Order: sequence, then structure tokens, then C-alpha cells
Amino acid sequence: MSVDTDKTTTFTEPGISGMVSDWSSDKQAFDMPWGKLMMWIFLLSDTFIFSIFLTGYMNVRMSATDQWPNSSEVFALTLFGVHLPLILIAIMTFVLITSSGTMAMAVNYAYRGDRRKTAILMAITALLGASFVGMQAFEWTKLIVEEGIRPWGNPMGAAQFGSTFFMITGFHGMHVTAGVIYLAIVARKVGRGDYEKKGYAIVEIAGLYWHFVDLVWVFIFAFFYLW
Amino acid sequence: MSEAAGQQHPIGIYLKIWILLFVLSTLSYLVDWFQFEGFVRWTLILIFMFLKAGFIVAIFMHLTWERLSLKYVLLLPPLAIVVLIALMAIEGDYTNLTRHLFFDR
Repeated sequence: MSVDTDKTTTFTEPGISGMVSDWSSDKQAFDMPWGKLMMWIFLLSDTFIFSIFLTGYMNVRMSATDQWPNSSEVFALTLFGVHLPLILIAIMTFVLITSSGTMAMAVNYAYRGDRRKTAILMAITALLGASFVGMQAFEWTKLIVEEGIRPWGNPMGAAQFGSTFFMITGFHGMHVTAGVIYLAIVARKVGRGDYEKKGYAIVEIAGLYWHFVDLVWVFIFAFFYLW
Repeated sequence: MSEAAGQQHPIGIYLKIWILLFVLSTLSYLVDWFQFEGFVRWTLILIFMFLKAGFIVAIFMHLTWERLSLKYVLLLPPLAIVVLIALMAIEGDYTNLTRHLFFDR
């Protein structure tokens, strides 16, 4: 394991006093591999980036004097002759949650040392992520080609709709795409047995990133599509 | 707590949370489906959103089982965002007001 045994001895005291001793003792402050801590710090900074985007969107939407396009109708699809509001977004949400579930199980199997199941579950996660990006590409195409939405204006109302939509979902889609590539690489290396000596913390680290992407989608879904 | 050996929990907990997230997502979709408006809409959207976010962070990302040092590092800084949201809401309101005052003639 990546944490030396002589350093772990004091990571036992719970609560506030445990935190004080973690910080004040002459040892590493966090009870985890450095890679995992760095991923958490990165995700914290990413939280700020997405929060600033969403806050900017809120500000722009509150100050717009034109009618904001009704997202329920903009993102509606007609499937088998039935008009369904927001249906594609709902499917995308379920796909991303499912991928989070398979990722959580991949982390579990990784720590049990089941290489085969870990690699398969990670590959499924990456495939679900890729299908999410595919649906997003479909959604963007529909919005640009059929509904004439541009970053500088649209026929439905407030001009700011396009710029905030493409910025926020685009940045999230970029995260998903990067995650798919990251997961595919780690899955391949797990399957090959590259981590037999180093341990399987890498799967948990990749998992943290993937769950974060799902987490951001929860907020985008609530604030962009349901508002 | 043997963090050095990594996070190990029964697989059942992930399946339960998974199902729960499905249910919560369906419920938040139904908020739009039934076209709830105003206060009810916002209350429901925010409740379902925070529940989903909480379960993802606490269980899927294992934050429940981490030490307090990490919890504080991750949960305290976002409080600054709450301040930003409040400031920008006031600002947005003000911009909207002045736009109506000066451009509505």
C-alpha cells in the first residue's frame, strides 16, 4: 500500500480531536494515497468552475428582459407519435446515473482483486458515457439545425439562452469525453494487470472523477432544464 | 478504519443507492411533467437535487467513510459560492430593473 505503516498509526482517532492531531502531528495530514487527494483537490476546483458558470447563467437569466425560451418545449421530442417534453434529457440522466452505478461496482471489485470484472464494468461505464456524449451531439444538432439556436440569438426569446446553454453543456460534455478516454485507458491497464504491484487506488481515483461528472449533471439538470 | 486497504463495502449498498437515484430522477422529471409552478416547483427541484447530490458524494464517492480532515477541506470552501450566488442574484435583479426602467419606452 502506498501509505507507509509508520505513518498510518495515528489515523485512528475519530472526530474533531482526530482532525486536530491529523493536522498538527509531524506526518502526512490526509489518510490516503497522494493521487486520490490530488483528485479531490482538482474536483474541488472544478466545483468552483461549474458553480461560476451556473451562477453566471443565473445572473444573465434573471437580468434578461425578453422571455426566456421554455426549456420543457425546446428539448421536447416526438417519439412514436407521442409528444414528450424533456424526454432526451431524462434518458441522458438515467444513462449517466447507470454509468455511475457500474463505476461504483468497478471500484468495489478492484479492491477485491477481481481484475476481469473491474475491467468489464469500467468498459461498460465508458460505453455509457460515450452514448451520453452521442445523445448530446444529437441534441446540439437538433437545436442548431432545426430550431435555429445560436450563441448570439434564437427565434424563441432571450438571446442569452444559446450562449449559456452551449457553454455549460459543452463544458460538461467535454468533461464526459475526457472521462471516457480516462476510463478506457485505466480499464485496459487494469485488464492487463499493470496495477498488480501498485494497488488499485487508481480505479477509485478514476471513479471519483466519473461520479463528479454525474454530480455536475444533477445540478445542470435542475437549473438549466427544470427551471 | 483501514483506509490504507481502500474503500470496501458490500456491493448491495451501491445497488440500493443506484435505485434511489433512479427514483429521485424520475420524481424530478415528473415535476416538469405535471408542470408544477412557482414555490412548489422550486422546493421540489431543490430537494430532489440536493438528495441526489448528497447520495452521490456520500456513498458513491465514499465521503461518509473519509476522515473529518477531508470532509472539511471539501465542504467548507463551497460556502463561498453561496455568497457569490446571493450577490449575483441581487445584481441580476437590479440589472433587470434598470433595463425595464430605461429601455421599456
